Amino acid sequence: MISFPFITVIILISMGFFALVFKKNLLKLVMAIHIMASGVNLFLITLGYRQGGVAPIFTNAPNLNMVLPTVQALTLTSIVINIAIVALMLSLIILIYHHCGSLDTRKRKLKQ
Amino acid sequence: MLEHCLVLLIAVPLLAAFFTPLAHKIGEKLRNWWVLFSLVSIQFLVLVLAKNVIGGDIQVYTLGAEFPSLTSPAGFPIRIILEADAIAVFMALISVFAALVISIYSLRFIEKYKSTDKYYALLLILTAGMLGLIFSGDMFTMFVFLELLSIASCGLIAFYVHRGESLEAAFKYIVISAVAGLMILFSVGFLYAQYGLLNIAAISSALEFTFLDIVALVFLVAGFAMKCGAVPLHLWVSDAYGEAPAPISAILVIASQVSLYALFRISFTLFGALPLKEILGWLVIIFGVLSMFIGVTMAILQTDIKRLMAYHAVSQTGYMLLGVGVGLAVIGNTSALDAFGITAMEGGVFHIMNHAIYQGLLFLTAGAIIYRTGTKDLNKMGGLAKAMPFTAIFFLLGSFAISGLPPLNGFASKLLIYESVFRFSPLLSIIAILVSILTLASFVKVFYLAFLGSTPAKFQKIKEVPKSMGLAMGILALFIVLFGLFPNIVVDGLVSPAARALIEQFQYINAVL
Repeated sequence: MISFPFITVIILISMGFFALVFKKNLLKLVMAIHIMASGVNLFLITLGYRQGGVAPIFTNAPNLNMVLPTVQALTLTSIVINIAIVALMLSLIILIYHHCGSLDTRKRKLKQ
Repeated sequence: MLEHCLVLLIAVPLLAAFFTPLAHKIGEKLRNWWVLFSLVSIQFLVLVLAKNVIGGDIQVYTLGAEFPSLTSPAGFPIRIILEADAIAVFMALISVFAALVISIYSLRFIEKYKSTDKYYALLLILTAGMLGLIFSGDMFTMFVFLELLSIASCGLIAFYVHRGESLEAAFKYIVISAVAGLMILFSVGFLYAQYGLLNIAAISSALEFTFLDIVALVFLVAGFAMKCGAVPLHLWVSDAYGEAPAPISAILVIASQVSLYALFRISFTLFGALPLKEILGWLVIIFGVLSMFIGVTMAILQTDIKRLMAYHAVSQTGYMLLGVGVGLAVIGNTSALDAFGITAMEGGVFHIMNHAIYQGLLFLTAGAIIYRTGTKDLNKMGGLAKAMPFTAIFFLLGSFAISGLPPLNGFASKLLIYESVFRFSPLLSIIAILVSILTLASFVKVFYLAFLGSTPAKFQKIKEVPKSMGLAMGILALFIVLFGLFPNIVVDGLVSPAARALIEQFQYINAVL
C-alpha cells in the first residue's frame, strides 16, 4: 500500500535536509529547518488518521470512529516549539546582518 | 513533601525564572538574593529526594492521576509521568550544584553588562530544562524539555550580542539543536505509531525490535549524540563553549552531560532488551575513543584559552562513553559484567561528576583571567601567577585533575576506567592513558604561557579576582581534592547505585507498570 501523505513527508524532510547541507544563505537554513519541521508534523498527524474518522470530540462522535487525539496534541506542542526556534534564529540573523553586512556563510568578514 | 518533590523540582526553577525580572525591577541586590535563595531551595529539594532514592526507593510522580496506569480503557494511558531513580538523582545533584556555584560566580562577572536580569532568568530556565529532561518518564516530555534547554542555552551563548563571533556560535548551536530535536520527535512518532505508547517504561516492555524500532533507535542515538558533543558531531562545541561567557561555558558542559544521560537512558532502559547490545556497545566505544583522540589533538593546536578547554571537554566526554560503552558491550555476559563491566560503568558514571567539577573549575579560571586581562589569546598573556596567585593555584588543581594525576578526583575515576577497560581490551586502555598524557602536555603549555614568564606592561597593575568569584572557584577546588582523597565514600554512596540503576533497568520499568 502506497500512502500519499507518507511520500510527502519523505519529500519534505529530504528537501529540508538537502537545503540544510548545501545552501549557504542563513535565511535558507532557517527555511530548511522549518520545512523539515513541517514534514515531521505532517508525519505525526498522518499517524493518527483513520479512514472516515471524525474530530475526536467524544460527545459529537456518532459511531466512535475518531482520529487519534494524542498525535494532534503532540503536533500542537511541536508547532509552538518550532515557532520559538524560528523566531530566535531570525532575531539572531538580524543581529548577524548588522555585524557582518552579509548573510552568506562563506563571507564571514566581521566589521571592525 | 517528599511525594511532590519531583514536580516541585521543575516548577520551582520555572517560577523563580519568571519572577527574576520582577525582582530586578525592585533592586539588583534583591534579584541576586532571590536567584541564590531559589537555587539553594532547589538544592535542598534534590538532597531530600536523593536521600530516599539512593536508598533503593524509586519515586514516581503522575500528573493528573493517583498512579501511572489509572483509568485506562485499553492498555497503558498517555500521561505525563516523572520518575527518579539513582542515576537520575545523581545527574540532578550535579546540575543543581553547578547552577548554584555558577550563579555565585556570575554575581560579579556579568555585573558590568546590561540585561543581567535576563541572564539569570535564562540560567534558571536552563536549570528547569535540565531537571525536566532528567526526570521525565516519557519520550515526548523529554523532547519538550530538551528544546527548553536548547532555547535557553542559545540565548545564553549569544549573551555578548555586541560580538559577531558569539552570535554565529549561537546560530550554529540552535541549528544543531533544532535538527537533533526533530530527529528525536520523528523517532517518537515511529514508536507511537507501532505501540500507541509514549511512556519509556511501557514502550520498553512492549518493544518487539522490528525494523522501524531499529530506525527509531538510530535517530534517537544520533539526536542525543549531536547534543552531547561526541566526535562526529562535535563541531558546535568549540564555538559554543569558546564564545559564551565563561560561567555559561561551565554550565553548558553540564547541559551536554544531561544529553549524555538521555543517551544512556535510551540505550539502557528504553532498548534494554535489545538483542544487539554488543554492537551498540562497540559503536559507543568507537565514538568514545575517536572523541578522546580527536578532541585532544585539536586542543593542542589552539591558542584561544577557552576554545582549547572546549576541545578538552570533547576529549573527556570520550572517557565516559568508553567506560559506559564497555559496560553496554558486556551486559549480556554475566561473568564479564561482574568481573569488569560494572567497574567500567562506575568509572564512566563517576567521570561524569568529576568532569563537571574540574571542567567547570577550568572554565571559571579562564573566566577569571578574561575578567582581569580582557583577552582570550594565550600569546598575549604572561606572568599572571604573581598578580593572581589563587587563580593560578585553582588552575593548576583543575589541570592536574583533568590529566588524571593523583591524588585528585580525575585520577580516581580514570583509574577505574583504565583497569577495567584493560581487561576488556588492552589497546583501548593504552589509548586512554596516552590521551591523558597529551592532556597534561597541553595544560602545561597553557600554564606556562598564561601564568609564568614575564608580565606584559599593560598587565602590571591587575589584581586578584573579586571574593565571590574566588569563593565559587574555591568550592569546586575543595570538591576536587575531597573526591580525590576519599573516592570510596562517593563511589559507594552515589556512583555505584547510579551505575546499578542503569544495569538493572527492570526496576525503573516495574516502578511504573
